[in-house]
Amino acid sequence: MNLEGLREIVSQVLPDVHVFIGYAQGFDPLHATPLFVRTPEDINKLIWNPLCVHNLTTYLPFQKKKVGIVVKGCDSRTIIQFMQEGLIDREKIVIVGLPCRGVISVTKVLKAINYEQINSLTCEGETSVTVITSHGEHRFSIEDVAPDKCKTCQYPTPLVYDYLADDPITSDKPPDAVYKDIHEFEQKPLEERWEYWKKELDRCIRCYACRNACPLCVCQDSCIAETRDPHWITQKLTIQEKFMFHMIHSLHLAGRCVECGECERVCPMGIPVSTMKKKINAEIKKLFNYVPGTQPGEKPPMYIFNVEEKNIEEHKL
Amino acid sequence: MSEIKPKELRIIGFLCNWCSYGGADTAGVSRFKQPTDLRIIRVPCSGRVDPLFIVKALLNGADGVLVSGCHPRDCHYSDGNFYARRRLEMLKRFLPFIGIDEKRFHYTWVSASEGARWQQVVTNFTKQIHMLGSLHSKTGEQSES
Repeated sequence: MNLEGLREIVSQVLPDVHVFIGYAQGFDPLHATPLFVRTPEDINKLIWNPLCVHNLTTYLPFQKKKVGIVVKGCDSRTIIQFMQEGLIDREKIVIVGLPCRGVISVTKVLKAINYEQINSLTCEGETSVTVITSHGEHRFSIEDVAPDKCKTCQYPTPLVYDYLADDPITSDKPPDAVYKDIHEFEQKPLEERWEYWKKELDRCIRCYACRNACPLCVCQDSCIAETRDPHWITQKLTIQEKFMFHMIHSLHLAGRCVECGECERVCPMGIPVSTMKKKINAEIKKLFNYVPGTQPGEKPPMYIFNVEEKNIEEHKL
Repeated sequence: MSEIKPKELRIIGFLCNWCSYGGADTAGVSRFKQPTDLRIIRVPCSGRVDPLFIVKALLNGADGVLVSGCHPRDCHYSDGNFYARRRLEMLKRFLPFIGIDEKRFHYTWVSASEGARWQQVVTNFTKQIHMLGSLHSKTGEQSES
């Protein structure tokens, strides 16, 4: 965790950019928060540790001025996807890459300490965190409290960057484990899967936090979940409407979702919303051999077609 | 209304204006006998069919959805059905994940002259949906209409 190196790069970059986006300590020892560095004094507020969970690239689309940003390996995939979709101008973005061995899941830590008051938190390098609460001390290995995406992370080093603040690292996780949870879920009978989603999505309060946090939900005020014309979903609190909203989110991300896991992280009800997107990605991989955010030279699969599709066969009745 | 069997299910068909809608018309003009469960919605092209149309129909009371367009390479707008093919295939593989049988959704290509083929498609698809039964009584969901 090379914080000094990061601060040095930022002080070099800062004169060229309008703002530099990084992480700062949040309102309590467990939370980090996005930091917008505008003056050299702000640079000292920058932090870099396993608390830095956010995908900051959400701020990038439609930026007109030159911006600097720190990205983890997973976040860099979003930048590639943005470039493919023409949502950002690469010239106007200075990317500082941070190789990352995994972050923590705030929810998992809070659960493990039984929601006690946190007095202080120290990170021991990139491997463990020690949390001191009003009731005692807890020590966690990052692997145990990491979000699910870190457990199968294939891209610990950013795929695109201008500066790299640390030595690159390679993934030690097997690539075929990425979609293991999806395949396991698919072994369940159809009825059980329907009941599972009905139970999970019934908790949805339609706060749209998943959509707002999603870096690739770029429709902003024109999102069809809220427009009245066309009126896709109503304000009713039925399971159909909740289901429909999540279908809109999932299907609009088909072949675009970079699996950053922000939707699931921000969900106040703890619904596994990223699972549906992951399933679509698994199919996109099978059908078009395409992994969103990793193949900058290619076009996203739903934007193009082949006259003869190799992997699509006509369905017979 | 004694002609309509009480067991009739709700099947929604999205047909492209140029081929399949014409094909359905040909089947009608030729007086081919077809099941009456299908309700047809005419769309300009199969490329106009958003996968969300199908999901919305299935969630809100339909027991099956059929999408039909021009044969590949025969699209009136030259490439609409190629885009449709990718989207619909993706949806077909996604539906079972959320617990909806993929057999409830079918997409196919029927040209304006293929009245007999249209009859076959409708008959077979309706039969398939009848074998699966109603989606909504089975899952305990009440359709909203």
